[in-house]
Parts: sequence; structure tokens; C-alpha cells
Amino acid sequence: MSTPAAAEPVRDPGLQPERTRLAWRRTTLSGTVAAVLAIKTALHGGISVTGALVGALCCVLWLGFLALAHRRIRALAASPEPAALAPRQATVTILLTVALAMCGAALLF
Amino acid sequence: MSEFVRNVRLWFAPQEIRQEGGTPDYRFSLANERTFLAWLRTALALIGGGFAVDQFLPDLRWGWRVGLALALLAAGVLCSLRAVNHWVRCERAMRRGEDLPVSRFPAVLSLVVAVVALAMVFVVLVGWEG
Repeated sequence: MSTPAAAEPVRDPGLQPERTRLAWRRTTLSGTVAAVLAIKTALHGGISVTGALVGALCCVLWLGFLALAHRRIRALAASPEPAALAPRQATVTILLTVALAMCGAALLF
Repeated sequence: MSEFVRNVRLWFAPQEIRQEGGTPDYRFSLANERTFLAWLRTALALIGGGFAVDQFLPDLRWGWRVGLALALLAAGVLCSLRAVNHWVRCERAMRRGEDLPVSRFPAVLSLVVAVVALAMVFVVLVGWEG
């Protein structure tokens, strides 16, 4: 007869995976605010071809951000001791952020 | 500078970082990830601020408006690139059992934000007169 404590994986009392999951949620929220502002800028003063294209690109970037966060959140939930973030995931997150800023710079002119 | 190039290569090479040292306690890696995400939120806030300057200060002269917006966007880009670089360096230091890297970046960013905020105050005051 095994005790329930031995059968179940030890739960981290510091709730590190949960805190990391919530950090990803907060980050997607920040990303959403930035994307909404970007799309507002793109559609400001009537719809032009450039504005619509850049606005659509911002939507795609935002969706990419959500997909990345969702994958990481699922990986965090899958195991009691999740693996570290892969460098490629971190890099892609940064590239999406930089692309959003580039869209902003393009819309200023 | 070559150290930076080496770090940039590590951003794209997940297997290389795993070959070094031993895997640290997963909680340390998650804490490092949360710090990375916090910096990323800072970067997103700066980028959002850039869009907001462009959208919500329409009475400003074109040069000031575009200049401030570009400064905020550039700060956001720098902040996000630095976030991933610092994350890679911390992860590697933890695997090797070294001290965590120190950085001047927080101080520099604070000063830049302070300068941009002062510029905003100045520009809003002058902009309303003109």
C-alpha cells in the first residue's frame, strides 16, 4: 500500500508553474492592448490600402502571440516540474514584439 | 561584442544551451522566465505608449509627435531584445553554476523613461499654447 503522497507528484508550495502561467496571461493582455492601439492607428482617418494591410499584419502578430502563450501554458500545465522555456520560443516572442513596433514605425509616416 | 553575437546565436539554438552544465532546479528556470515576461510587458507597454502618443496627442506638431512616438517604439524594441538576451545569459549562468549577470540596463531605461516623461510635460504645455 503506497501512501497518496508517494503516488502523487509533489506539489510546489510556492506555486511556481501557476505564477508563470499567470505571467504569460498578463503578457498576452499587454500584447492585446498594444495590438488594439496598433489597429486603431492603422484604421485612423479612413481605410487605406496600407492601413488595412498593416492592420491585418498586426492581427496576425497578435494571433501568433496568443498561440505561443497558449502552447507554453499547456506545457506548464502538463507536468508538475515543467521544462524551461525553449530559447526558440523566447526568440519568436521577441520577434513578434519587434514586428509590432516596426508596424508602428511604418504607420507614423 | 563577440559575446553578444554568441548570445544571439544561442537565441536560435535551443540544443546548444542544453549541452552546457547541468539542468538547474525547474523553479529557478520558471523564475527566470517570469522575469523575461515582465521585461516583455515593459517593452509592450513602451510600444503601446508609442502608438498612444501618435493617436491621442493629435494637436502636437508633426515632428514632436513622430519623434516621441519613434523614441518610445525604439525603447520598446531595445527592451525586448535585451529581455531575451538577459534571459539567455541568466539561463546559461544557472546551468554553469556561475553568478547571475549584472546589468546597467534598468538604470538606463529608467533615465530614458524619465527624460521622455519630462519631454512629454514640456511638449504638452508648449503644444497647448501654440
